[in-house]
Amino acid sequence: MRMGRIDYGGITRDACLEYIPDPQIGDYVMVHVGFAISKVDPEEAARTYRYLSELGELDELTMPETT
Amino acid sequence: MKYVDEYRDQKVAEKLAVEIRRAATRHWTIMEVCGGQTHSIVKYGIDYLLPKEVELVHGPGCPVCVTPLEMIDRAHAIARRPDVIFCSFGDMLRVPGSTGDLFQVKAAGGDVRIVYSPLDCLKIAAANPKKTVVFFAIGFETTAPANAMAVWQAKAQSIRNFSVLVSHVLVPPAIAAILESPDNRVQAFLGPGHVCAVMGHREYAPIGSRYRTPIVITGFEPLDLLEGTLMAVRQLEQGRSEVENQYARAVDPEGNIGAQQMVRRMFEVCDRAWRGIGIIPQSGYRLKDEFCDYDAEQIFELGLIHAPEPAICISGQVLTGLRKPHDCPAFAKGCTPQNPLGATMVSAEGACAAYYNYGRHLVALPSGRERA
Repeated sequence: MRMGRIDYGGITRDACLEYIPDPQIGDYVMVHVGFAISKVDPEEAARTYRYLSELGELDELTMPETT
Repeated sequence: MKYVDEYRDQKVAEKLAVEIRRAATRHWTIMEVCGGQTHSIVKYGIDYLLPKEVELVHGPGCPVCVTPLEMIDRAHAIARRPDVIFCSFGDMLRVPGSTGDLFQVKAAGGDVRIVYSPLDCLKIAAANPKKTVVFFAIGFETTAPANAMAVWQAKAQSIRNFSVLVSHVLVPPAIAAILESPDNRVQAFLGPGHVCAVMGHREYAPIGSRYRTPIVITGFEPLDLLEGTLMAVRQLEQGRSEVENQYARAVDPEGNIGAQQMVRRMFEVCDRAWRGIGIIPQSGYRLKDEFCDYDAEQIFELGLIHAPEPAICISGQVLTGLRKPHDCPAFAKGCTPQNPLGATMVSAEGACAAYYNYGRHLVALPSGRERA
């Protein structure tokens, strides 16, 4: 069974990587009960966050700041 | 931590709340399906950020909460046996059955152990060849691949003294059951991100179109939940009922194919009882007959166990979005996480436990927000 060491922002723990095709060192994965079940897609993450950030910037132009 | 911190940005959260306020022209009731989402919403006060037009109600997606009392009594009956080492995720130990909880079984001499992963049980089984190791395999589609792998590995490694007490449940039939109910008030769903990371989201499209209900697959961080809510409100306002994927960074539309194959190899769909709700047809998994040597319900003679719920508990109505925890006369009085009367108070992910743990019983509601 393919296992890997996962770094949870400082705490490390082993997880089963059988369900992740072609895991690479440095990948971000979502782990549930000791199994990696999904690899975070960096492009989708960047796209979502860019959208959210832009939403914020555009609003600053059109909405008065609430205090 | 990357992919976590940026989804907790307060400024962006406030902007999203403004967008939701702009988008909502009338009252909408939206259910977040998953207990992890409920926990996040109450912890970060996401519901307090929303305009009064947008009401979040809390769904049935807390696996510990919906495990029926009868199944918990079966677990206790097995755990009390002197030849058994009974293994479970930690949050199941506090859940009361008809007579006490697993901690009390342990105190009375039962060998009850908390595990982090079902794979831990295989090591315990190998180290204790004279005992039978039983794992309480509860959970949704997210946990099924892990439990399936544990049984598969036990067979592959010829570990004979391991079995699972299976109480797996599935999200789509529960959503359909909520929408079928004549009392239903849910108009859109924030779909379960982790379940869909495994299963994909194709199976939600027929539900969305059949009941004309928007379903937005949503993550667990504050910005995920706010963006998912915004997407659901926009669909409702525009009269759309589509499946949208807010959590695309973790959810592929097809899901995790390898995990699905392992689940299909080991499990078959069956009817399941949900605590607080009742039997939902075709709403769970059981082990296939060919793996009956690993099925604790086949191995142990347990007889018929019937366990009535406390009459005062309204957890069934909380789990289906009809009531809120503070509508219950027992909430934070006779019913607390230390002495839970029902499903939604037993697990940290349950709506009643989340409301209690984050002090919702101690503070007044924001103005304009009534108790339902």
